[in-house]
Amino acid sequence: MSYEFLVASAIGVLVAGGIFLALRARTFQVVLGLTLFSYAVNLFLFASGRLVIGRPPIWDKAVTEYTDPLPQALVLTAIVITFGMTAFVVILALRSFLETGSDHVDGDTVPCDAQDGSADGEDTRL
Amino acid sequence: MAIAMTLLTLVALPFVAALAIALLQDAPRAVHSAIAAGASAGGLLLLASLTASVIAGDVPSASWSWVPSLGLDLTLMVDPLGLMFAGLILGIGLLVVIFAHFYLYAGEATGRFFASLMLFQGAMLGIVIAGNVLLLLVFWEMTSLASFLLIGFWQHKPEARQGARMALAVTGGGGLALIGGMVLLGIAAGSFDLATILERGDVVKASPLYPVLLGLILLGCFTKSAQFPFHFWLPHAMAAPTPVSAYLHSATMVKAGVFLLARLWPVLAGTDAYTLIVTSVGLTTMIVGAAVALFRHDLKSILAYSTISQLGMLVMLLGFSLEAAALAAVLHILNHAAFKAALFMSAGIVEHETGTRDIRRLGGLAKAMPITAAVATLAAASMAGLPPLGGFISKELMLYETPKLALLGVPWLLPVLATLGAAFSVGYSLRLAVHLFFGSPREAEPFARAHDPGIGMWAAPAFLTVLAVLLGLIPMLLAGPLVGAVTAAVTGAPAPEFDLALWHGVNLALILSMVAVAAGVLLLWQHKRLLGLWESAALPDAKRMFEATFAFADTWVRKAIVATHTPSLQRMLLASFAVIILLIVDGMQAGGAFTGTRALLPASAPAIIAWALLIAATAAVVNDSRNRLRVLIYVSVIGLVISLAFVQFSAPDLALTQISVEVVTILLLLLALNLLPKEPPLLSSASRKWRDGALAITGGVLIGGIAWAMLTRDPGPSIAAYHLANSKSGGGGTNVVNVILVDFRAFDTFGEIIVLGIAGLGIFALLDTTARGAAGARLRGWREDMPHSPERHPMMLVAASRIILPLTLTVGIFLFLRGHNQPGGGFIAALVVAIAFLVQYLAAGFDWSDARKRFGEHQLIGWGILAAMATGLGSFIFGAPFLTSTFDYFSLPLIGKFELASAMAFDTGVFLTVFGAVTLALAQLSHIAQRAARAYSARNDAEDAA
Repeated sequence: MSYEFLVASAIGVLVAGGIFLALRARTFQVVLGLTLFSYAVNLFLFASGRLVIGRPPIWDKAVTEYTDPLPQALVLTAIVITFGMTAFVVILALRSFLETGSDHVDGDTVPCDAQDGSADGEDTRL
Repeated sequence: MAIAMTLLTLVALPFVAALAIALLQDAPRAVHSAIAAGASAGGLLLLASLTASVIAGDVPSASWSWVPSLGLDLTLMVDPLGLMFAGLILGIGLLVVIFAHFYLYAGEATGRFFASLMLFQGAMLGIVIAGNVLLLLVFWEMTSLASFLLIGFWQHKPEARQGARMALAVTGGGGLALIGGMVLLGIAAGSFDLATILERGDVVKASPLYPVLLGLILLGCFTKSAQFPFHFWLPHAMAAPTPVSAYLHSATMVKAGVFLLARLWPVLAGTDAYTLIVTSVGLTTMIVGAAVALFRHDLKSILAYSTISQLGMLVMLLGFSLEAAALAAVLHILNHAAFKAALFMSAGIVEHETGTRDIRRLGGLAKAMPITAAVATLAAASMAGLPPLGGFISKELMLYETPKLALLGVPWLLPVLATLGAAFSVGYSLRLAVHLFFGSPREAEPFARAHDPGIGMWAAPAFLTVLAVLLGLIPMLLAGPLVGAVTAAVTGAPAPEFDLALWHGVNLALILSMVAVAAGVLLLWQHKRLLGLWESAALPDAKRMFEATFAFADTWVRKAIVATHTPSLQRMLLASFAVIILLIVDGMQAGGAFTGTRALLPASAPAIIAWALLIAATAAVVNDSRNRLRVLIYVSVIGLVISLAFVQFSAPDLALTQISVEVVTILLLLLALNLLPKEPPLLSSASRKWRDGALAITGGVLIGGIAWAMLTRDPGPSIAAYHLANSKSGGGGTNVVNVILVDFRAFDTFGEIIVLGIAGLGIFALLDTTARGAAGARLRGWREDMPHSPERHPMMLVAASRIILPLTLTVGIFLFLRGHNQPGGGFIAALVVAIAFLVQYLAAGFDWSDARKRFGEHQLIGWGILAAMATGLGSFIFGAPFLTSTFDYFSLPLIGKFELASAMAFDTGVFLTVFGAVTLALAQLSHIAQRAARAYSARNDAEDAA
């Protein structure tokens, strides 16, 4: 097995998990989906500099070969921004739950306060 | 150069005055009106300094490049047409300011009033001296906005708000059409420069675009100048204070459409389509407006419809496409400005002194207010076109031209209809004067109150009426050279021979004029009977039609939005993902090998184990997403594996960032989860899961496949080599990633820290207000739903966290300082330091930590961004572009040689902002969590006691 296969397949699995969770009905699951998706996107961006082992972009007179530093710089800020986005979405979800008593993404007022699991029979949720 | 400054000052003066008045909002009214009057008078003086040369045929102009790629230049020019309008705008503006100073009641927002008025003056002035059609459009839109503000000045009155909205909808909508028309005009003429366009009339008229651009420009002109069938907004705009009606809705803004028709006369006029449309629209407006004016009872409403009618006459004259008719239009613009502004101000005086504008309740006012009566009656006589006043001459000129044009092929049609319109004009003008000032009072109360105002109020209308009289008595002396020069500027050819005088001998025009006067007298005599007929006829109500149209559009737009933007995130996301997947599938049609030729790196056994962990953890997250606490552990496994991958693939900075972000994210999710439901009862139906699962797997396979195809190919040419070569020599650092962040691409980073700062503040805003309303109630009703340690702050954790704090801070400082040369830097250091503080919150509680905290996160975010920006701006001092960095080596005893780079200051900004945003988010979250917990324990204690 090659590293390339490991990274590509990991990206694929993370994307699949991210899409599936992003389509769930509860805000927390959507946040998790976004988190998985962000991992995948950051890995993908990073991979656009290709996989290189043992050549960090720390300049040295004696070294001539480095990995591409640009995707790394982009991904570094992307990771931090991802945190900002996740934090904002989580707080948004929290606020909407506190306001409505429901953590359904579409604001359907199915109160979670009544946690009996049979609150609805619609086909969008069960 | 002097000319350029004069023009620039001329157009800037009103805007500066508007700003000054707005800043001095609380100053007494005299300050506001003095600034406004000073600016208008100053503008008049500047204009006067140009007048002699402009009349002599010179066109002072100046141009500054603004957006060259669009053809938008700041070009100003004063030709005779612009000069005349600028004179009207500033002159009547000055009179209106004086009038308004006395007209507005005590306690009204004079600052807002005069600031809006000056804003309008500047915009209007801009229209008439703009030398670039795109620039003209900018000012054109500004007049619509200023008019909106002024009509709605009395915000508490519903009719003011409705009138303002209607005016904005009609003139703004016409403005949109005008934008299209002007851009097409620029394309057809090959330039947006007005002087150039005016020389290319033949090119434009021959262009295939001509019919379209003509239609669009006319739409803009007709809406602005209240031409039928867009006339209905003007009467509703009368909800504005009377000075505004006098200024905007009679003398200046409504003439912008007429101005533009005159301005573009050489380019547009002369074709059959132009002559037919413009003449018939103007004629219809003239007759309809005059007829309606005859049967209105509100003074301002009568004046509004008479304005519509007079504007119709101007448009019609320009539509003739005859030079002599253009001359008549020019003269009538002057006449109309004089008598109509005077009449509006007189109406304002009558309302001010009697408390009503209803002509049915007034009458015989000449006895109570003789000065006002004299002023208004003379102005009305000019409006009726009676000799020896200015209105008579321009109406004669108009009637003289009508037989020259066979409208619809019928030679007598135009003279007859024009005479009919003139007769109505005589009718409503006489009715206004006679019913208002003569006869006996119809009601006692308003008459008893009536008296002439102070000179401050009647001076302005009296001055205008004197002008209206002089325009009749000595027209050649007063206006001859100006009218000649303006007509030449309008037509783009030398003005025709003309002689402005009251007596030209007996000709057809005189006969038609006499017929009109006689018919007008007849109308006044039979007014009561005609009024009965008029009121029994079921006439359409323009306002109701307008509102029905609006409601119709509103309903359908709403339906369209609901149909296309389903109010469901789930459905929207599903559609988005599906579309993206389809696009990828479509892109794959291009073909090519799936696997590239790049040599692959064989994976080590530990790497395969880590990969398996990641896959398993992802599966667990998806499978177990209901058990939210456990899911967080799986997520952190994924984050850890990704950090390890970064270590393996030569990205130490990324590994450090990922691992510290991971810690912060998990802390945040834990805190949020404390308040969210932990095990939600509801999950999706099986069929829905299968559908989403299929979509997810397709997406995963496709993206993974793309990643594979990319990873197995060699990269194309990259700018990495440049970054690597210049990092040390140009940026002064050996950590190329950090140098890119703080130097090569510092502007990106600057944007990113601003985004992060905004996210932090947004989170604060979302959480800070949770104490109120439904959220507050729910928060207070929160109950512990998980077993908690009996010790809220375990001793071991507290002690350990306090020992760790200085150590972590040291690590943070170390990472920051070495960041330019070794893995580290502002981002990572900020996250590490933030973690050190968050551990304190976690261990010792919010109150304890918050009380000992000596910094405010809000300020940190602000100072961070300011520090980064100051570093960037600092390079301007040395004449270098924004964010150019510099560095040098220094040496100190004991420490030795070390480096200082300006990029370090930038990195400090990054550090402060990231640290501020992260701690703000988490501290605020733990704050409300603590509040909820305290409410819970207080309630428990109360229950225990009971």
